[in-house]
Parts: sequence; C-alpha cells; structure tokens
Amino acid sequence: MGYTENELAKDLENQEYKFGFVTDIESDKAPIGLNENIIRFISAKKNEPEWLLEHRLEAFEVWKTMTEPEWAHVHYTKPDFQAITYYSAPKQTKKYESWDDVDPEMKATMAKLGISMEEQQRLTGVAVDFVMDSVSVATSFKAKLAELGIIFCSFSEAVQEHPELVKKHMGTVVPTTDNFYAALNSAVFTDGSFCYIPKGVRCPMELSTYFRINEGGTGQFERTLVVADEGAYVSYLEGCTAPQRDENQLHAAVVELIALENAEIKYSTVQNWYPGDKNGLGGVFNFVTKRGMCERNAKISWTQVETGSAVTWKYPSCILKGDNSIGEFYSVAVTNNYQQADTGTKMIHLGKNTKSTIISKGISAGFSQNSYRGLVQIHKNATNARNFSQCDSLLMTDTCGAHTFPYIECKNSTSKIEHEATTSKIGEDQIFYCLQRGISEEKAISLIVNGYCKEVLNQLPMEFAVEAQKLLAISLEGSVG
Amino acid sequence: MITIKNLHASIDGKEILKGLNLEVKAGEVHAIMGPNGAGKSTLASVLAGREEYEITEGEVNFDGTDLLELSPEDRAREGLFLAFQYPIEIPGVSNVNFLRTALNEIREYKGQEAISAKDFMALVREKSAIVELDAKLASRSVNEGFSGGEKKRNEIFQMAMLAPKLAILDETDSGLDIDALRIVASGVNKLKSPENATIVITHYQRLLDYIVPDFVHVLYNGKIVKSGTKELALELEEKGYDWIKAEVDKH
Repeated sequence: MGYTENELAKDLENQEYKFGFVTDIESDKAPIGLNENIIRFISAKKNEPEWLLEHRLEAFEVWKTMTEPEWAHVHYTKPDFQAITYYSAPKQTKKYESWDDVDPEMKATMAKLGISMEEQQRLTGVAVDFVMDSVSVATSFKAKLAELGIIFCSFSEAVQEHPELVKKHMGTVVPTTDNFYAALNSAVFTDGSFCYIPKGVRCPMELSTYFRINEGGTGQFERTLVVADEGAYVSYLEGCTAPQRDENQLHAAVVELIALENAEIKYSTVQNWYPGDKNGLGGVFNFVTKRGMCERNAKISWTQVETGSAVTWKYPSCILKGDNSIGEFYSVAVTNNYQQADTGTKMIHLGKNTKSTIISKGISAGFSQNSYRGLVQIHKNATNARNFSQCDSLLMTDTCGAHTFPYIECKNSTSKIEHEATTSKIGEDQIFYCLQRGISEEKAISLIVNGYCKEVLNQLPMEFAVEAQKLLAISLEGSVG
Repeated sequence: MITIKNLHASIDGKEILKGLNLEVKAGEVHAIMGPNGAGKSTLASVLAGREEYEITEGEVNFDGTDLLELSPEDRAREGLFLAFQYPIEIPGVSNVNFLRTALNEIREYKGQEAISAKDFMALVREKSAIVELDAKLASRSVNEGFSGGEKKRNEIFQMAMLAPKLAILDETDSGLDIDALRIVASGVNKLKSPENATIVITHYQRLLDYIVPDFVHVLYNGKIVKSGTKELALELEEKGYDWIKAEVDKH
C-alpha cells in the first residue's frame, strides 16, 4: 500500500539527521524538503548530463524568487514545499497481492466504465499473468513505431538516448521562468514522456501513455515533450478514465508541444485524479502548465475532459507563431462536491492568417466552483487573425458556482474575434421528459450531460470518447439538486 | 385499463383535483375537456408522476397495478405514455439515441433483450412514416430547433415507437395548423387497437373531428362534472362552458 504524504514525512523525519546532507545514491528516497543538494541528488540518480543539471539549478534559482500565483478563482491551503519528498524510486507496478485486495469501490467504478478485466487489473497494478499480454502488445507496438523512426519513450530514456533532441526543444515553449509551478517542475521533474515524429511521418496509431505504464510511475512532477517535425502528424492521449488515487497531493506537470511547419499535433487528456471526499477532504492539487508552439501552417489541438482533482489550475495554450497556423481548445470540466477548477486556454496570435477556436463546457455540481479563464491575444503583425470562443456553463444545483473570465487583447484591426457564452441549469423538465419515456434518472443525466458536451467529446478518439462519456455520468451520479 | 377513484391532488398546498373519478377500458378513446384552470394538465401530470404534486386522497389502478406507488419511469415502462403539451428540447442528444435508450430501458424492465441496431432502425423507418416525420428529424437532437408542429408530430412518433398501453395526449392540438393537426390525429388513429387506450385532453372540439372519442368528459373545478358521447363535445363547442359552470355551481 502507498504511503500518505504525512506518513512518508514522519518516516523520513529522522533520516535527515542520520545522514545529514550527504545524499546517498543507493537510497531510494530523497530526504524531504527542497534545496540545491536535492536537485543534484535527483540529477545524479538519473545519471543526467551536466547541461540538464545546470538547467535544473537555474530553474531552482528563479523559483526561489517567485511567489505562488493567487489570481485564480480557487481557495486552498498552500502546500509546504519543504514538506515534500522530491524523489522516490519508481513505484512498483505490483501494488496488490491479489485482486481481492483492491478497493471494491474502485473496482465498481472501473466496471461501470466498461474497462476490461485485464485492463482493470493492470491499472490497479495487480500482479497477474495476463498483464504480460499488454507488455507484449507494447513491445510489438514499439517495433512498429521504430520502423517509422518515431521515438516514444520515457523522458529519462530520451535524456540518455536522444540528448540532442531534448536539449534543443526542452524549455523553448514553457521557459523555466514562465511561472511558479513551471519553474518548480523544471527544477525537480523526475520523469514523463517524450515523443518525436520525424519529417513527413504520419503516426499510424494513437500514442498513449497507457503503453508505458509498466516502465515506472510518472510521479508528481511530470514532464512531457512532443515534437512533430515538418509535415508530421501525431495524436497523443494522456491520462486515463480509471480513478487514479495517488499519495502525492501536489501535481505540477509541464507539457510542451512543438509543431514545426505543416505539422499537426492532437493532444487529448482525460484527467481523473482523486478529487477528495464528499466533504472536500483530501484530493489532488493539479497545477499544470501546458503549451504548444505552432510554426507556419501547423496545427495544435487540445482536447481535455477534466473530472478529477480537488483543485485544478490548467490552461493548455497555443502560440500561433507561424503564418496560417491553427490552434484549438476543446474542454469539458466537471466539478462536484467541493472541487474547484480554474481552467481555460490562451491563444496567442503572432502570425498572419492565424486561426483559433475555443469550445469550453463547464459542469458544476454539489458545492463546487468551476471557472473558465481564457486569453485571446492578437499581436500587431497578426493580420487577418480569427478567433471564435464559446463558453458554456451548466449548473446541476443551486449551491455550486460557474464563472467566466474571458480576456481579449487585440492590436490588429483586421482581426475578427467572436465570443459566445451561456449559463444554464440542468432542467428538471428535461429529466422528467426522460423519466416519462422510461429512462432512469441516472441515464437521463448521462444523456443530457453528454449531449451538452457533444462538440468536445466528438474531438476525442473513439474509444477514449466512449469511456469519457461514462466517466461524466459517474462523476455526476446523484448530483442533481 | 385505468380506474381513477376519488383522486385529490394539490400543488403548493392548493388543491387542484378534488375527487376525480374516471374509468377507461382497453380499446376506448376518452376526451377530457374543460375550461382553463379546471385541472386538465394537472391530471396528466399526476398520472405521469410529476413530483411537485401531492396526492392527498384516492387511488389509481392501472391494468392491475397501483399506479401511484410507481416511480415515473416505472409508470412509463408499465405502458403509460404522456404526449407533452410543451415537448422538451434536449440539445446534443439525437432523437434516435433518446428513443433507443428509452426502448431498451422498457425492454429491460420487461425482461426482454435489447433491440438490435438493425431492428431498431427498421422500426424507426416504419413508425416515422405514420406521422410523416422526415427521417432527418429522427437523427436531429431531441426537439431542438423543431417547429411547433414537428414537436407534436415527434411526440406521436415516440408514442408509436414505444407502443404504450395508455396514451395521454395533453393539449396535443395546441399550436397546430390544420395540416399538422390532421397528420397528428391520423397517427393517433392508426395506432389505435383493441389492446390500448387513449385519453385526449383538449380545450377545443376541433381535434375531436379527427380523433373521434367514445366518451367525452367535462372537467371543472377538479372534478368530472359531466360525461357523454361525442355529441357533448359539439354542444360544448356551440354553447361554451358557462352553462356547465352554472349547472355545477347551482348545486
């Protein structure tokens, strides 16, 4: 079983004294707290080249001068950054001795999601034989990618095997100085994913972090870098619909996407981290920086379905640097009980004839607070830039909140910007209409909510979309008031 | 089919139905008429199981079961269908998805297997023809952007798909032009059988030219105050409701 953060802290309390600041390469865990030595420890542990250590240390220096952002419409007790363990050995896949040990509630949820038995056991990390099947699937999958010259591996592996690519692109979209959490991530990230699609190659399958799951846990400071070279195409899936419990309270990931000339990246996320209990206790803080850079004629499309986490702070954005480049953001954010989400996007139009589309669907239930925050920025050289934004909010109860904070900055008079917004309460009339046709309340809510989110769900790859629809229904069970 | 005895129902503490009695047998069409505020739509809502109404007295036997004990969805699954006066829009949910979900929930309740996609689509084609509903409407979102006439036709289409034992048409004629009225009425007539029954709630006699009732009842002040055959409807059309009001109020 996993430690809680507190148990871990207590466990390690005395060790720092025992070993002083002499970091022990053989040990599996770093002492709690954050200082230069810890960063050197992480870097050494991962056998990193000198330039990456320098990069981390620079980020740390910057981070020390920064303060946590407070502009988001969320309230929480700030994490104590000196009470966190920044490195522990990759978690073992085997978390449970047998299927009987797995939390029945978790099993029930996965069954409702329609996840296959094999997948359920793999996700919960039960040691069973047929887990081997997915390993072999992953192996043949990797061979196929290698034939096309596609690199898809853990970030650590990329640092060892393809340092020139990592060095060239890392931090070019999200600089270490970008924001408090990005700086922290840059200093202490432990692993993540790396993907490179060579010139003119169309990746023939959806790349999913599913396939890497046996290569060690991703941890709380995840780093993802996706590079699509000229004319390349890739569709990348992150996260999964199964409930993810994690002993780490703070998650601060950085995702960078680079779409070179004529390239296209489609990045889909389903986020279902532990949201805390019904009274708002516990749950993950998800403070993520996601951004993509589009060169000429390139396109980046973000699709996200966010149902988890106690606090979400996340703005997948596009820098439309090249002429004729396109940015898209499709989002469904669900908050229930005492969850808080402040999410949206930034579309930065630099090039001529650049286009962006923003479709945001917020659903609030219980006592939750759900905010859309978006920035559309048209720079002075972005002639004929276009933006269309649509932000809809659906309220399930009288006790929740929905907020919209759209910012528009325009410095070019040839641009065209449209913004539409609606707020509605889920109709008792709609539910009764369904009931009168013999449809149960649970299915009625699922139908209505999925109908409301259709434009976004349609952007997801088929299998993911099916799971996401079920996930929405589960997240909102019994939430109409 | 349905026997309503001494039904009293109120909303927000105000009594609307005040001892209503009605019996409808299989194969029959009953029309319920009455002035505004008589309780016509309340009767439809109460039978369908809207929660905001409180039943204070009375009983309703629906084909052998105590209707008032059932949840709204179970009433529907037992074969009670309400054609809404104001059909509801559900954006993003296609009519076919909505109906397939409904049909399969009903089938599951009855212990039947889910209908195959092929059989379902065949059923859609067959039943949409009854109300001359454009096949395109079947794949559009439920009632979204439908004209008033299309919404009402869609209600009858749903009725055809779900094949209820008892259909209650709540002011289905309101807002219909004469052509739409004829199509809707002809749909209802085609669905009529010795095994099912229909209650037509209406304000005007006009609809009854097309759906010919076996019995006509006048609902006034929460009770059925007069019953008769279709001639009663014509009399009402001619004389209005005042003479009935006067008759009732005298007693």
